[in-house]
Amino acid sequence: MAVVCFMVTMGLYFAATISFLAYLLRRSEALSKVSLGITAAGFVAHTVALVARMVGSSAAAPPSVHEALSFFSWMLILVFLAVEFRHRIHVLGSFIVPLALVSLISAAALPDTVPTLQPMFRTLWLHVTLSMLGTVGFAVAFVAGVMYLIQDRLLKSKRFNVLYSKLPALDFLDDLNQQSIILGFPLLTLGIITGAISAEFAKGAYVSWNPEQTWALVTWLFYFVVLLGRLTVGWRAKRAAYLTVIGFAGVILTLIGVVLKSYGTVS
Amino acid sequence: MHVIVVGLSHKTAPVEIREKLAVPGSRMGEALTRLTSYSGVKEGVLLSTCNRVEVYSVVDDIEQGYGRIQEFLADTHLSLSSEQLTPHLYWHADDRAITHLFRVAASLDSMIVGESQILGQLKDAFESALSHKTTGLIMNKVVKKAISVAKRVRTETKIAEMAVSVSYAAVELAKKIFSDLGQRTVLLVGAGEMAKLAAQHLIAQGVGQVRITTRTPQHAVDLAEKFGGTAVPFEQYKDDMASADIVLVSTGASHYLISADDVQRAVTVRMNRPMFLIDISVPRNIDPAVRHVDNAFLFDIDDLKQRVEKNRAERLQEADKAEQLVVEEVGVLREWMKSLEVTPTIVALKQRADEIKRSELDKTLGRLAHLPAQDRELIEGLAASIVNKMIHGTMVTLKSEVNSSNGAAFVESARRFFSLEAAPPQDTRGESAVDSSSCLAHDMNAPLVEQVPSRTASRKQP
Repeated sequence: MAVVCFMVTMGLYFAATISFLAYLLRRSEALSKVSLGITAAGFVAHTVALVARMVGSSAAAPPSVHEALSFFSWMLILVFLAVEFRHRIHVLGSFIVPLALVSLISAAALPDTVPTLQPMFRTLWLHVTLSMLGTVGFAVAFVAGVMYLIQDRLLKSKRFNVLYSKLPALDFLDDLNQQSIILGFPLLTLGIITGAISAEFAKGAYVSWNPEQTWALVTWLFYFVVLLGRLTVGWRAKRAAYLTVIGFAGVILTLIGVVLKSYGTVS
Repeated sequence: MHVIVVGLSHKTAPVEIREKLAVPGSRMGEALTRLTSYSGVKEGVLLSTCNRVEVYSVVDDIEQGYGRIQEFLADTHLSLSSEQLTPHLYWHADDRAITHLFRVAASLDSMIVGESQILGQLKDAFESALSHKTTGLIMNKVVKKAISVAKRVRTETKIAEMAVSVSYAAVELAKKIFSDLGQRTVLLVGAGEMAKLAAQHLIAQGVGQVRITTRTPQHAVDLAEKFGGTAVPFEQYKDDMASADIVLVSTGASHYLISADDVQRAVTVRMNRPMFLIDISVPRNIDPAVRHVDNAFLFDIDDLKQRVEKNRAERLQEADKAEQLVVEEVGVLREWMKSLEVTPTIVALKQRADEIKRSELDKTLGRLAHLPAQDRELIEGLAASIVNKMIHGTMVTLKSEVNSSNGAAFVESARRFFSLEAAPPQDTRGESAVDSSSCLAHDMNAPLVEQVPSRTASRKQP
């Protein structure tokens, strides 16, 4: 059941991605409705897959990388649908849905037995969930940043093409960027704290300074500075967009580090 | 009798030359009087705006008229020699002059095709000429016709919407930078027609606050009242810029009023919140280097025009329609102008008299068939001499008055008295309230915005 739903989800997200990318280049409002419909259907299938999996797995088993990435992708789509519902910014789908698809494909590529971390403590679930939620925030900030930079460039170079007409106002994207980080940062902070507590219980040390932990802390620090800069000295707009794009690269590297390490421990 | 035009416009002369040549309202009377004092120049209208300076005139001889008006223009601004001026001038006579005037009035020759300002300016120029009695029958007819053609073009084609679309484009761009205009502040620097239009559009879209600055404080206060905004002292607007999300600049200044540094400073004070700057001035008042300032988005009139290029085909079609309309109307006026020539009038008069004589003779002689041929000839001779004596005075007067300033009026009268064909075209002078604020002051010493006297002054009928 879970596997079938998962495959259906992937198919639907794939179709939605194609449809949303086509929407990016064509002046067709009907296309946005089609894309949204496919995405929503995919989201339902995804929810069923996640629930079925949760019911099927034992609570004691540590969350796998597969599950974490799938959950990340599900959250991304949820956020997209929520923003879409409120602001009707279809073009956001053209950026978020592909990202969700990539994350889902990564999840599918990994055997679902690969655990995120060695089972250490019950708080691991909390750690993974919180970290992933924080990452969703940064992912949305990243998407908003990319869209901001594109729109900024189009406006500066005065190219009033289809993309220009579809992208939302700059200040909306900047707000989205800010909100995402403001929501994502505390979640990641909590994720890191719960992770540290788990580690303390398991290994007797909060931080063991291995590469992916160090990298995660660097990323956290980076976002901290970005957030601080925005709230105090006006690092907003274009600079904020650049910084969040760079920051998200750090997030991706951390994730890759985690996955590689977990994979290594299994094989 | 020929209608000619000599002048220069944004198409032929740079703004430095146009500025120098522009005749301010206060000197209009003197200039007009001087214009018509040249020999051979019978009537004259002087159209002076920020984009064009043109002299429309009725002269006896085209070449001589060209020379006189060129002299007049050179005298108007002593620092410009004839040699400096000539390369920028254009000359048109008769049909081409009339076509030119019609195109100008219909805003087909404007920098922003379809803008309505020029019609008001033409009306003002005409009123000035009327009040200084420098126009006569021909000029009155031609200018009135031009005004009615312009109105016809405005109602029958969509050309006016094109100008509006430039300010529409400004609003559209604003919406790509600010999602909610309700919380935004717009600062108006100077108040050219297009800027006011754009400001009106922004207000209609619910922009939160309007701040206005003009070089003349009172003018800013008046505008602030009109737009429901606040007036800002002109000396302060650069400091005030940081509080404005949208800055709309349109002054008559010939240099950059706002530098890239000014904008950078404002953006820094704004903690990098984006700023939208619109420069509708020609020449530009915001340094184009602002393009390199992050989070400041500068658009000038060309950019806005580019934005509305999309429906270019439709606009060309509308312009075509307007051009055809102009050609048609020039044809109507040409017929009337022809009727004002003396020789055809005399010929027509003789023909008319002949027709009357012939028909009356035919009737009478028909009943006098018993008379000998000799007597019949006598009667014919009698009729002919009466008729000739009757029209003789008219013909002599026409010939002698043809070169006076009222020549055309005499011809016109003769045509009407003797019911000769080609009735003059009727013009429909439905006085719609056309916004007629003049263009901005031409030099920096003059007030930034010049208000046009209200148009309550009684219009003198020719």
